[in-house]
Amino acid sequence: MAKILKKTNLAPQVYEFIVDAPLVAHKCKPGQFVIIRTEEESERIPLTIADFDRKQGTITMIVQAVGNTTKHLCETFNDNDEILDVVGPLGMPSHIENFGTVVCVGGGIGIAPVYPIARALKEAGNKVISIIGARNKDLIIFEDKMAAISDELIITTDDGTAGQKGFVTDPLKKMLEGGNMPGLVLAIGPVIMMKNVAETTRPYKVHTVASLNTIMVDGTGMCGGCRVKVGDDNKFACVDGPEFDAHLVDFANLVQRQQMYKGQESLEYGCGGHCKCVED
Amino acid sequence: MRGGLRNKMPEQAAEVRNKNFDEVALGYLIETAIDEAERCLNCKNPRCVQGCPVNVDIPDFIQALKEKNFSEAIRILKNKNTLPAVCGRVCPQESQCEKNCILGIKGEPVAIGRLERFVADYARIKGLDTINAAKAEPKGKKVAIVGSGPSGLTAAGDLAKMGYDVTIFEALHAPGGVLMYGIPQFRLPKEIVKHEIDQLKALGVKIMPNVIIGRTFTIDELMNEEGFSAVYIGTGAGLPHFMHIEGENLNGVYSANEFLTRVNLMRAYKFPQVATPVYIGKSVAVVGAGNVAMDAARTSKRLGAEKVYIVYRRSEDEMPARKEEIEHAKEEGIELRLLNNPTKIIGDEKGWVKGMECVKMELGAPDASGRRSPVEIKGSEYVLPVDMVVMSIGQGPNPLIKATTPNLETNKRGNINADEYGQTSMPGVFAGGDIVTGAATVISAMGAGKKAAKAIDEYLSQK
Repeated sequence: MAKILKKTNLAPQVYEFIVDAPLVAHKCKPGQFVIIRTEEESERIPLTIADFDRKQGTITMIVQAVGNTTKHLCETFNDNDEILDVVGPLGMPSHIENFGTVVCVGGGIGIAPVYPIARALKEAGNKVISIIGARNKDLIIFEDKMAAISDELIITTDDGTAGQKGFVTDPLKKMLEGGNMPGLVLAIGPVIMMKNVAETTRPYKVHTVASLNTIMVDGTGMCGGCRVKVGDDNKFACVDGPEFDAHLVDFANLVQRQQMYKGQESLEYGCGGHCKCVED
Repeated sequence: MRGGLRNKMPEQAAEVRNKNFDEVALGYLIETAIDEAERCLNCKNPRCVQGCPVNVDIPDFIQALKEKNFSEAIRILKNKNTLPAVCGRVCPQESQCEKNCILGIKGEPVAIGRLERFVADYARIKGLDTINAAKAEPKGKKVAIVGSGPSGLTAAGDLAKMGYDVTIFEALHAPGGVLMYGIPQFRLPKEIVKHEIDQLKALGVKIMPNVIIGRTFTIDELMNEEGFSAVYIGTGAGLPHFMHIEGENLNGVYSANEFLTRVNLMRAYKFPQVATPVYIGKSVAVVGAGNVAMDAARTSKRLGAEKVYIVYRRSEDEMPARKEEIEHAKEEGIELRLLNNPTKIIGDEKGWVKGMECVKMELGAPDASGRRSPVEIKGSEYVLPVDMVVMSIGQGPNPLIKATTPNLETNKRGNINADEYGQTSMPGVFAGGDIVTGAATVISAMGAGKKAAKAIDEYLSQK
């Protein structure tokens, strides 16, 4: 049982849950995730850890109400309610070192999991340039948090209601064209956005990492439902990832595999590539 | 008593049961059980006991059953076996205790497994099986068990009886390991697993679900920071193997683990009353021929697949599944495609399975396992029209503990190196079951848990 200490509406259909989960909080590192089950008949769904407080024993999860389970969680769970199961931290932590300059790209609710990684990269001495984007102003989340840990924060919206009009790849492309090569580009968001970031950096051979949100059941390496083609290998996102070299990820296969239960249930976190925050 | 033959197990009719998830075998009635028990010769030198990996005192419990002393029968069973209702159902008795039964020479051996099941079920229903084993004085030492499958549960039960303060850590939300996520309801009802686990809790065993060792805590942290004097690793064989052929990432291709976990642990067979979905094809190929493959095939049939094939590269004689399971599968309408090996899975334009290319095989010279090795017949490729494929070709060890415990030695395959008592390369850290041996049976994992419990007691007594 994990008690919800604070639920906040961050954007339309997007909620922040601060949850009492001391075992996860004492151990989790940026880039890791949890699997939750709201009640006995519910699915197990993966959610990225957007923040944690070791002293308070809490973790922060950002949930977008898109599938049955996420809708149920967002609509019926409130402060002091208990989530039946929270297990974690799962997945490999992000690789944190001083790369020099790093560009952290977050799209939609993918901005949330970028935050703790960007913060750790900043603490490791990097110059952090963050690019966060969404469909419109209302869907930009974590703006203040990202501003606080970034040396430079660039905001893009499809409709221009906040920051620059356009996609997250626009300022990234401009930067690369200008000859400013970061040591690392990190991208988390809809699949199509991560794919586009990978294609943007590929010609410049800039090390690019994407954090994948795949279908999962157990999250511990047992089911293989999260398998994804990375280069010549088949990797399990839950134990080998969730972060992979974005230039090696077969994004088309990822998109295809996310359709498995479409019509039955959406297991993707966030907009899962169907939203309009970033398009081709 | 009926000549040399054993009493038949009453079963649901094949055409009925292949549409429901109720248990296939219905269990002996009391009269049948006693009649079967009467067949036992109560040998002076009971060879059946030697055939049992946990050395259940088989003639003794059968004798108590003959005398209708049911509480004594269950007491004898539970003395050696923490999970009799489970073992009575899923143990391969035909290759263990029953194989050694003297009656088997001229006729059929005593149906030991069915009697074990009867006693356990009877005791559960009548409330006779509360473990009242005289618990030893508390030893004041904590032992951690990693994984709540058959091996971990057995070790936990034995250690608790000896007086240790035992905590089981389970990564999933429900304890039981493969008994919960792997073996289907129609072979092993989950209520029975829950009951056996409740018995352990009554012994004082603490169970912490949702804790993944290697992530939430490491083995070293359990020993150095969380106050455990010893650890038993019984994490099983949880990492599914794939064939590495083209098309395995198409939609409609499952590992047997994923398919069975969705249906058993997450109860997707009740979708949409439960939230976890499962996709079922009209025509299903299950690749592999072990018990897990039979489970996956029979589950597919129950969920509405019209055609279900078992695709196996060797012949029926080499199938690793229990005979009983193979027979049950055939009765339920599962078609065996023997001496067939998948070469690739073919997808449609949207990335869904539409067929599986197979090549026909013939048996050549015996290989290292002593089985005749299958050889491809060149040019015999054909496409089996299926829209779902389940890969059931075995599981390896989960890499998490290995990756986070630098001093724990493992072999090339990633299995933990342990001696026959479960001692690993780290003092105080023991391991057993599939994580050591590779995928095997429930009872051999239980046997390893039992030996390790004894070794842990010896280790802690000397400290």
